Amino acid sequence: MRYFKPLAAAALAASLMGTAASAETLRYAFQGTLNQLDPYSLNETFTLGSLGNVYEGLTRRAPDLTIEPALAERWEVMEPNRWRFYLRQGVTFHNGNPFTADDVVFSADRVRSEGSDLTTRIGADVEVVKVDDYTVDFILPGPNPILHYEWDTWYIMDKEWTEENGAVAVTSASDTTPNHAALNANGTGPYKVASHESGVRTVYEKNENWWDTHDGNIDTVEFTPIGSDATRIAALLSGELDMVYPVPVQDIKRVNDNEGTKALTGPELRTIFLGFDQKRDELLYSDVKGKNPFKDVRVRKAFYQAIDIEAIKDKVMRGLSTPSALMISPFQFARSDEFERYPYDPEAARALLAEAGYADGFSVGMDCPNDRYVNDEAICQAVAAFLARIGVKVDLNAQPKAQYFAKVLASGGYDTSFYLLGWTPGSFDSWNVLHNLNGCRDDTGAGGPFNLGGYCNPKVDELAAKVLSENDPDVRNGLIAEAFTLIHEDVSHIPLHQQGLAWGVAANVDLEQRADNQFHFRWVTKN
Amino acid sequence: MLAFSIRRLLQAVLVMLVVALISFTLFRFVGDPVNQMVGVETTPEQREALRERLGLNDPVLAQFARFVARAAQFDFGTSYQFRQPVAELIGKRLPATLELSFVSALFALLVGIPMGVYTGLHRDSWLSKIFLSVSLIGISLPTFFIGILLIFLFSVTLQWLPSFGRGEVVQLGWWSTGLLTWSGLKALILPSITLGLFQMTLIMRLVRSEMLEVIRTDYIKFARARGLKQRSIHFRHALKNTLVPVITITGLQLGSIIAFAIITETVFQWPGMGLLFLQAVQNVDIPIMAAYLMLIAFLFVVINLIVDLLYFVVDPRLRVERATH
Repeated sequence: MRYFKPLAAAALAASLMGTAASAETLRYAFQGTLNQLDPYSLNETFTLGSLGNVYEGLTRRAPDLTIEPALAERWEVMEPNRWRFYLRQGVTFHNGNPFTADDVVFSADRVRSEGSDLTTRIGADVEVVKVDDYTVDFILPGPNPILHYEWDTWYIMDKEWTEENGAVAVTSASDTTPNHAALNANGTGPYKVASHESGVRTVYEKNENWWDTHDGNIDTVEFTPIGSDATRIAALLSGELDMVYPVPVQDIKRVNDNEGTKALTGPELRTIFLGFDQKRDELLYSDVKGKNPFKDVRVRKAFYQAIDIEAIKDKVMRGLSTPSALMISPFQFARSDEFERYPYDPEAARALLAEAGYADGFSVGMDCPNDRYVNDEAICQAVAAFLARIGVKVDLNAQPKAQYFAKVLASGGYDTSFYLLGWTPGSFDSWNVLHNLNGCRDDTGAGGPFNLGGYCNPKVDELAAKVLSENDPDVRNGLIAEAFTLIHEDVSHIPLHQQGLAWGVAANVDLEQRADNQFHFRWVTKN
Repeated sequence: MLAFSIRRLLQAVLVMLVVALISFTLFRFVGDPVNQMVGVETTPEQREALRERLGLNDPVLAQFARFVARAAQFDFGTSYQFRQPVAELIGKRLPATLELSFVSALFALLVGIPMGVYTGLHRDSWLSKIFLSVSLIGISLPTFFIGILLIFLFSVTLQWLPSFGRGEVVQLGWWSTGLLTWSGLKALILPSITLGLFQMTLIMRLVRSEMLEVIRTDYIKFARARGLKQRSIHFRHALKNTLVPVITITGLQLGSIIAFAIITETVFQWPGMGLLFLQAVQNVDIPIMAAYLMLIAFLFVVINLIVDLLYFVVDPRLRVERATH
């Protein structure tokens, strides 16, 4: 009863203060930092997700990731290559400026300018035309059914504010003077940035003048980056934070067992897969000389069938993964259920290897990041163990992402023979996967820039080109399915699984967990 | 004296240059900064253009010369990840690290000295044995582990103290301090114990052995024989004489406390320079890494310089030796 008096006094004071009493503060932590606030500087989920509370695009995505109108009330395809967007009227930016077509045209130019990391949002050859103050036309060089798929993270900026503050040029990584837009924000979204200290803390406040209604009841949000897993979980367990993410899979049970906290888990969009160097005539890291075993589809399939994906799910991922037959999440391709993984069958794998002329197996070097994906290094170790059973000796080279990516990407000359990588198509669409991961490429990366192993099937490229400009959804899905079938038969890669999301949440907090791992405050309710 | 000082200063500059060169060479192996600066969909051409603009394609020596020329004017460039001047970022983080370091040093002294005196005077008491065993833990357990143990005990289980951050801070001009708010003081407790534990055991053991030494000396025996009070003997005569080496060690250790705050800052998400450095390493933010390493090297160079000069002042033999040459 020692606390009774102060509590009663607080309750009294609160009731006297009226509405201020219900002010709810949400405190949350993420493992990484919000480096800066310019919405076009970094094409990265956490940055864009955080800024999605402050800025808005013409479209937005619902908790189930379907596209909804946002700053555009509606849109129509006038001609196959002319789209018209009708803008929402009466919307104001946080500084009170009205939102109009000029802002959209300005933002379209800025997002495509030098130094922007989001130039893929609108093609350089798309013409953006202001029809009137609340109508904007986009004229494309050719039909593009997924023009607006990534527009939920193409945030509209205030032309007047950006120009006044000398922030027209995007805050580029090579800037030598601080850009106003990197440290300040002026969006139309449900929350405003109240203060931002890079790498330390960011505070958001509710935007009372937002055009839509807040589904939650949060007035203030405090974000702290906490890099150490143990500290992040401890802060949640001790009640200092209302929400933390990610929760390491080994801590999920602890968070659930603790009274007052729960772990929310669900499938994420990112697909984790293995890839092979199929381009070089001799592998860089192998004892097979004079030829490249991975050019033989039987070897690739043998690798595929040697890996027990269910064991990886149970032992390495502690159940928090969804084995995948495709290089894309089932959320993102309607006909995913037509595809099935090749079964785990070490006997068949050994037979395939023998048939290809490697009855005694061979050795190969494998590159793997150890701080990029959920349990990435452990997955690679498991894969190495499974391959050892069919006689393939894997020399595992697991390293931090900074070194790993410097080695295996185009800038490192695709210096790998066998690798693990994860991929989320930013557009939520299969074309991204067909192009980036499976398109034929040259040594500079032209074509499929992230096709590290150089898989090449001209028929897949042909289908991808058709997919890009096909407006009819059913025909389009048919083309995609056809391309995925070819890739599956070629064993271009070994898709492993979609890794899981795990958020730790206080028991009195309700929120929406989106499969793209974006966290939006407007759906948060604190009881 | 002047010639000696100038020679020492030149040596100090040389040390700084060597540190800068070594760290610059090491950065080649940290990874590719460009990949940390852009999203996955950025094309190889855009990455190459960025690399060119940042001057990362220049030879290491050219990059190094550019860095030194700018650093001489206190311009440490712009952080890749935060897109802000590095000097400003470090300046903002400096108060957090310094406050944590000084409080840890204070803790180490205030706890270490009495414990040392006690264990020196009462060698065989059971309390001394406990103190010594505890100090063994302090020396043998890694810092991050001690930090996490404290968090789980005092934050998660007992819920007395915060597990991360600095609490509320008050801005005094450009200095942000957590010493003036209740939550700021509470937030200081666990990290400063974690950071100061090693120094505390060091000081305790030092005081103990000095005490044991001093107690055996003749003047203490005489003081006893004259019938002075125990208290006066222990604290006015014995302790005073043990403090000289303790002060020297503490001064020297302050540099390492600041430098090794990295681990403690990471465990407690303490927004100081160490945490900034670690975030920079993960993101291959070369300007921050370079500036931080230079700052720490500078700190050690300055401390050593002062110590050298003090020795010169204190120890006449140094001067005599110079004169004979």
